[in-house]
Formats: sequence, structure tokens, C-alpha cells
Amino acid sequence: MTKQFLLDGQPVPFEDGQTILEAARIAGHYIPSLCWHKDFAPHGSCKLCIVKAAGRHVSACATPAKEGWEVESNSPEMNGERRGLLQMLFVEGNHFCPSCEKSGNCELQALGYEYEMLTSRFRHFYPDRPVDASHPDVLLDFNRCIFCELCVRASRDVDGKSVFALTGRGIDKHLVVNAESGRLADTDFAKDDLAANICPVGVILHKREGFAVPIGERTYDNATIRSKKLKESSS
Amino acid sequence: MSPAPARKLRVATTSLAGCFGCHMSFLDIDEHLFELVELIEFDRSPLTDIKEVGPCDIGIIEGGVCNAENVHVLREFRRNCKTLIALGACAVNGGLPAQRNHLPLSECLREVYQFRPGIANGQIPNDPELPLPLDKVRPIHEVVRIDYFLPGCPPSGPAIWKFLTDLIAGRTPRLTGGLLHYD
Repeated sequence: MTKQFLLDGQPVPFEDGQTILEAARIAGHYIPSLCWHKDFAPHGSCKLCIVKAAGRHVSACATPAKEGWEVESNSPEMNGERRGLLQMLFVEGNHFCPSCEKSGNCELQALGYEYEMLTSRFRHFYPDRPVDASHPDVLLDFNRCIFCELCVRASRDVDGKSVFALTGRGIDKHLVVNAESGRLADTDFAKDDLAANICPVGVILHKREGFAVPIGERTYDNATIRSKKLKESSS
Repeated sequence: MSPAPARKLRVATTSLAGCFGCHMSFLDIDEHLFELVELIEFDRSPLTDIKEVGPCDIGIIEGGVCNAENVHVLREFRRNCKTLIALGACAVNGGLPAQRNHLPLSECLREVYQFRPGIANGQIPNDPELPLPLDKVRPIHEVVRIDYFLPGCPPSGPAIWKFLTDLIAGRTPRLTGGLLHYD
């Protein structure tokens, strides 16, 4: 008999070694995430996949499922935690959706809609993070970085180029480019790299195609991220 | 005996460091304006040209806080309005004016008033009547307590109408069905 746990009261089957998030997505349930990707080891930095398992708050992406667990995810308490996490992500960077090319395709923004975040509530940091427009095909706007390390992992593990890294600690943490000059143009980064196409927010942008799809017709303009991600994991 | 006619709610609006786009979007509720004027009357607002805010039920603030006068007006609104609403991206998170926040204020002023192409012998304006700019543009919730937030650049007419009808009817305003947008 297959093992199972309960997610918001629904039985979810799993195999040994699967995380709560993996098993939930396969079984057609949605647990939100920003830094998780099915092809990479869990990172556990965004904490959006926070669930209550056996009475404790854990990251669903990094916690192996256990037989008989009762996991709480889509509840007012957990969704309130998620809203708080989103608000902290918003004040930590410079997230001005009206002037962002990624608006409508941005997972951070879409999660803001999903969890009805109306205000960023806290005091804004307004950090100073200059952009890097040196590369002929790709623009880096560090203002929107949420430190998910998806580009770091993709560039290192798939593209084999190790173009990106995070450096600094705490409030000084930031994304850097692996070149002596620190400029993207001085790396072998290419627009077809996985790392160039994996950013969930608006940091890594392809030049000359920002508004090819107009605002209002983009991925999350008229559909929720919940419905889109469920469709993705069922296909 | 017929019930006493409901008192009209008194509403004040203003634009601080905003572009009046949210006020334009407010007017985009189109024919609903006729329904609205049956329910509310305006106090201080660009629509009435009343200069000082009086006691109100609802205050609607567009724009963030970029100078000393904005702070003064915002505090006056908070003092006079039972319910205060942040309308639009700039009021909610500083928006476009806050894009200057990573630059020193003196550099911004010099760039505009002294070094802009075509300007000769330019000086930074220092008339005492001009409100002093703040070193950083702030969203309004960092200055006074705000009761409700309605994001968007601008929030759409339908979003504003849904929000106001919820509020006037005594429901907690809620933007559902794609009405919530940050852009």
C-alpha cells in the first residue's frame, strides 16, 4: 500500500524521499513557491511554501513527507504568513510594478495577487542597486532580485558557466556576476542559457522584447498563478 | 413613518506626490458617478477646489509623500477623516517619484535646475513659499495610519467602484476577479 499524508484534509500519496511540495504538486495540489524548481535541489530561501506539518512550521520544498502527517497549507494562518513574507520581499528590494517589463509575467507579483497583498505594510528599504546593461542581449536589473538563486543554480548546474553568485550577508546580500569587471558582458553568458530564462521576477530581462506581449495579455494578468502552476504540474 | 433619509457620506480627496492619474481613473467610473453623488458629497478635493479639509467620513489620498507640505496635508487628512484610503501605486509604495530615492536629493535638484541642457545660470529654487523636499519619497503608511489600500497605476475605474461600493455599504472592501493589479 502506498504511503500517504493529509494535506488540508485531503490524502496525498508519496514515495520515500519525496518532499511535501513534490508529492502535493504531483497529486494536483498547489503549494506556492518562488525559489523551488522541479529540476533542482530545494533551496528553501523564499519560504513561500511554508506549511504546518505535525504542528511545526516547515518549508514544504525541503521537508520529506512522512506517513500519516497532517499538513496545513491553504488556511488563513498559513496564507497570512505568506502575505507577510511577500510584504518583506517587496520592501527589501525596489519592486515598482508599473515600470517593470516583467509585470504580468512576474511570479512575485502573481503571488501578491493570489494572497491579496494590498500594501507592503513595512518600511521600505529603497536599496541602491545599479543595473547592468552591458550585455548585448540581456539586461540585469538587480533592484528586483529576491535571492532565489535559480539563475545561480541553472548557470552552474545546467549551463556549466557559473555566471552568477550571491555574496554578502543579511541586509548586504546581493547577486554578483562572475567576471573581474563584474559586468555581464565580460562573461560567456548567452540569452539561450537556462539561467537567462529562469528568473521568476524581473532581474534577467531579454533586450528588445520587453513589450512583445502587451500588458493586460500576460501570463498572470487574467489567470491566477495557482491555476497556471496546477496546469503546468499536470502536463 | 418613513425612515429618515440617509445622511450623505462626506468624502475628501487629494493628490500628493502623484500625477492625478488616480483621480482621472476615479472619474472613469463613468455613469456610476450619478449613483455616487446620491451617496456622497465632496469636501476638499480637486473636484471642488475647497482648500482645507474638514471633518469627513472618507479621505482618499493619491500619491506618496515627497515634501513638507505633503506631510502637512496628509496629517490634516488623518486628523479629519474617519477612514483614510491609499489610492494607487505611489500612495502605496512611493511609486514613480520614489525612483529618486537612491540618488542624493542635492544631485537631483542640481541635475534639473542647473545642469539640464538649455539652462543658463540656473539656480535651485529657494523661495520660502516652496515646500521643502524630503530626502526620500515615502509611501503614506510610513507617515500616518492608513485604513485601506487600493494599489494599481492607476487602479481601474471598476476596481475603484467595487472598492467604494463595498466601503459605503459597510462591507470590508475586497478586490476579486482580476480587479487587483499593481501595474
